[in-house]
This record gives sequence, structure tokens and C-alpha cells, in this order.
Amino acid sequence: MAMALDFSGLEPASLRQHSYSDPAAHWEPQCSFPLPKVADLDGFQKAAVDLLKPAHGTTTLAFEFQGGIIVAADSRASMGQYISSQSVKKILEINPYLLGTMAGGAADCQFWQRNLGTRCRLHELANKRRISVAGASKLLANTLYSYRGMGLSMGTMIAGWDETGPALFYVDSEGGRTKGTLFSVGSGSTYAYGILDSGYKFEMSVEEAVELGRRAIYHATFRDGASGGVASVYHIGPQGWKKISGDDVSELHYQYYPPESQASAPDVVEEQPMQQG
Amino acid sequence: MAVLVAKRTSADVEMAHGFKEHATWSPYENNGGTCVAIAGSDYCIVAADTRLSLGYSILTRGHSKLFKLSDTAVMASSGFQADVRTLQKNLEARQKGYYHQHGKPMSCPAMAQLLSNTLYYKRFFPYYSFNVLGGLDTEGKGCVYTYDAVGSYERTGYSTQGSGAELIMPILDNQLKSASPLLYPPRETATPLTEQEALEIVKDTFASATERQIYTGDGLEIVVINKDGIHKEYLDLKKD
Repeated sequence: MAMALDFSGLEPASLRQHSYSDPAAHWEPQCSFPLPKVADLDGFQKAAVDLLKPAHGTTTLAFEFQGGIIVAADSRASMGQYISSQSVKKILEINPYLLGTMAGGAADCQFWQRNLGTRCRLHELANKRRISVAGASKLLANTLYSYRGMGLSMGTMIAGWDETGPALFYVDSEGGRTKGTLFSVGSGSTYAYGILDSGYKFEMSVEEAVELGRRAIYHATFRDGASGGVASVYHIGPQGWKKISGDDVSELHYQYYPPESQASAPDVVEEQPMQQG
Repeated sequence: MAVLVAKRTSADVEMAHGFKEHATWSPYENNGGTCVAIAGSDYCIVAADTRLSLGYSILTRGHSKLFKLSDTAVMASSGFQADVRTLQKNLEARQKGYYHQHGKPMSCPAMAQLLSNTLYYKRFFPYYSFNVLGGLDTEGKGCVYTYDAVGSYERTGYSTQGSGAELIMPILDNQLKSASPLLYPPRETATPLTEQEALEIVKDTFASATERQIYTGDGLEIVVINKDGIHKEYLDLKKD
């Protein structure tokens, strides 16, 4: 005589598709998106991107060293040539021991990393233990692989500290997933690599590593027009992540390169007398 | 089994999957318009012009781009007004459902995330809508959320979207910009303007944008949200 009451109408949409009795259900991402009914989907997506100019994010880096992992990023978002924001959070706090970075499409990164946070929490509840960094990055990579070719643009790093120690993965919208010890992603990444590669030593102290990350972001913002704003630096240790610093890059410029005297800053041209004739 | 054949007529292309396509038809239009929102310590101002355009034509001078989602959240959207209207209806339905289910209206930060997810749900056929959401957060402080067309969002102290955004934003930066919330150690980021000062800035910036932007003008609708509720104002802008 026991009758189960049907509460399905009250459940939030995102949980309704979950089915623990069917393990294969875990393989599918929980979201399904309507598609426009056009013959040339790629052409449509390209035209939509040109028309709507979704916000883009741009220089991020992360590296492992003896003291853990350093993750650093700038904070500029551009919509076409317009700087839509100088205060975007590009280091996303998935949970207290996992960080994700944002490069490429801002909406794609925000949405899918929040989705990743939800799924990591569901994993904890289902398995009574935290998810590993390898597991979290694989969840994201599998999701992105299933949308491969549809125009998502994400170059993200998943960094964290789990039972095996520190771990760093690069995951992108092509569906690729790579474990590594040093990555930089975004339009300013080439400039950041120059600083990182010349200053990197595995035995660095935490202070030296933080300064290297900060300096690399500064140099990328100096040369890349699509990077700027505030250089944020996080450190991941055995207890999880901690934000170490957030510095306006224009203030960093004058800290690293103070003008020799008040009158002759390196970017101010001395007045020349007008040429005759 | 269907045979793949492409039949070309002069203006249409009929593909074997059955969709007829006009060579240059686009599902989107840009109706222009500008929106602004400014957050203060205990108020929020959301404003938008009332001109609806199509190409060089003005379709109407009296179209409202503002939409009240709840007593603490008002959305302003520019872009393609058909998509904007659908988005507004969608959010209104979700807000009503939430209210009936939970016995209280959605807070502005909750509505902000709902708007982001609603926009992202249409990631592969986006709403051509540039939104700002303004209101009071759960502590009664002013909050403004700014979006791109596919749902990336951020809480800020002020924002503009739409045709006149590139003209108005530099003025707001000049008058209102404060230390970035990303700085660490943190610095104070509140905008120290009073409600009256902020209102004057909104009116002045729209008047200026109207001078130099063909899609901005005709009228200005301003909504002020504070602990006393929602107060609406309307002023004329130049109609040329």
C-alpha cells in the first residue's frame, strides 16, 4: 500500500536528468542545448560570434614547484576592440582546494567551471571523498569533447592539491587534456612564457615563485593589448588555495621601472625645439 | 532512404534535409538603444532611452527597455528587442515559479545568476541582447550586474550596454571609478555618490550620448530602487 509521492516537479532542472541506477548516465553532460535549424551550423556560429562579440579573457599561467602550485592571471575582458571590463575574475574558485583559470570565451569558462564545481560536489556526496584533480579535469575535458567543433572557446587550467600531491592539467575546448608542470594560456601567453622560462627553478621559495608569476603577468599586460587590469596571484598548498596578491599592473610598472627622475619617465618624450624651414 | 540532392533556385537553396534557406536572411536585427545602471551604498539607478530603431528608421519613440523582475531587481536590455522581450517573459515566468515555490521573491544576486544561465542555455543560438541588471542585494546595498550576449557576468558598481555604451562608459569611469575589487590586500570600492548626484550624472550622460549617437535619443526612462521601493521618472531627450 506504500505509494511514492511524485516530487519530480519540485526538483531543479539540472538534477532531474541524473540517474544513479544507470552508471552510463554519468557520461553525459547534464545540459542539453537547443540548436538553430540551419544547414551550415559552423557558418552560423561564426557569424554569431562576429555579430555579438562575446567577451574574451586573456593571459593566465600556472606552474608547479617545490612549494606547491602558483596560479596567476590578468583581469581584462574585451568585446571586439572594446574593453568591456578591467575587473574580471579569471581565477575561478571551484572549491577550497581546486582552482580553474579562464581564457577564451568568458561565458564558456564561467558556465562550465561552475558546472564542474557542481559535479565535483556531487562526486563528494556520492563517494564520501574529495574528487582528485585528475578526475575533475577529466570531467571537464569529457564535457568539452562532447561539444567539440561547436564553437566553444576555452583554454583552462585545473590546478589543485589532492591525495597524490599537487597536480596541474591544461584542458581546452578541442577536448584536449594534458598534465604538466608549467602552462600559460591566452593571447599574452607568449610574453608570460618568456619571463617564466627564464626565471623558473623547481627549488624556488614560495615568495620567489609568487613574484615570478606576478612579473610574468605584468610583462604580458605590458605588451599584449588584450591583457591588463589587475594581476592576481594564488598559491595552492596542502591545505588548499590562498590568494596572495592582487596588484594593478600600472602600479607594478612603476614599481619595477621607477622613473629616474620626475621629469624623465621612460614613456615621456622630452620636448624638442621646432625645426626651422 | 533520402537521396542527397541540392536544388538551387534563384533566391532559395533547398537542401535534402528540407530547410529552405534565403541566401542572406539573418534571424537577428539591431534595434539600438543604450542602457545604464549605477549602484550606490543603499540605492540603485537603472536607466535606458526609449528609441526603437531599424537601420536609419525610427520605429517608435516610446519603447521601454526596462523590465521590473521583482521589487529588488530591474533589468535593462538593448539589442534585438524581440529577443529581449522573450528573455523578459522567460525570466518573469521563472521568478513567478520561484515565488510560488519558496514563498518569497528571488533576490537580485539569484536573479543575476538565473539571467546568466538563461543566456548561456542559448549558447548556440544566442539572445541578441545586451543586459544590465540593477537592484538591491540581500543586505540592501546597491548592486549592478553586467552581461555579454551569451551570459558571462560580473557584479560591478556601474555599467552601460548598447549603442551609446562606448560614449558613456568613459564618463562613468572618470566620475565613478574606484579601486578594483580584485586588489589584494583589498581597498574600499564603494561609490561615494549620493542618489541625487548619481541621477544628475545619468541625465547628463544620456543627453551627451544623444548628441553624438544616432540610435540614442527621444526619451529617457529612469528607475530608482531603494528601501522605499521603486520610483520611476521619465524625461524627454532630443528627437532628432
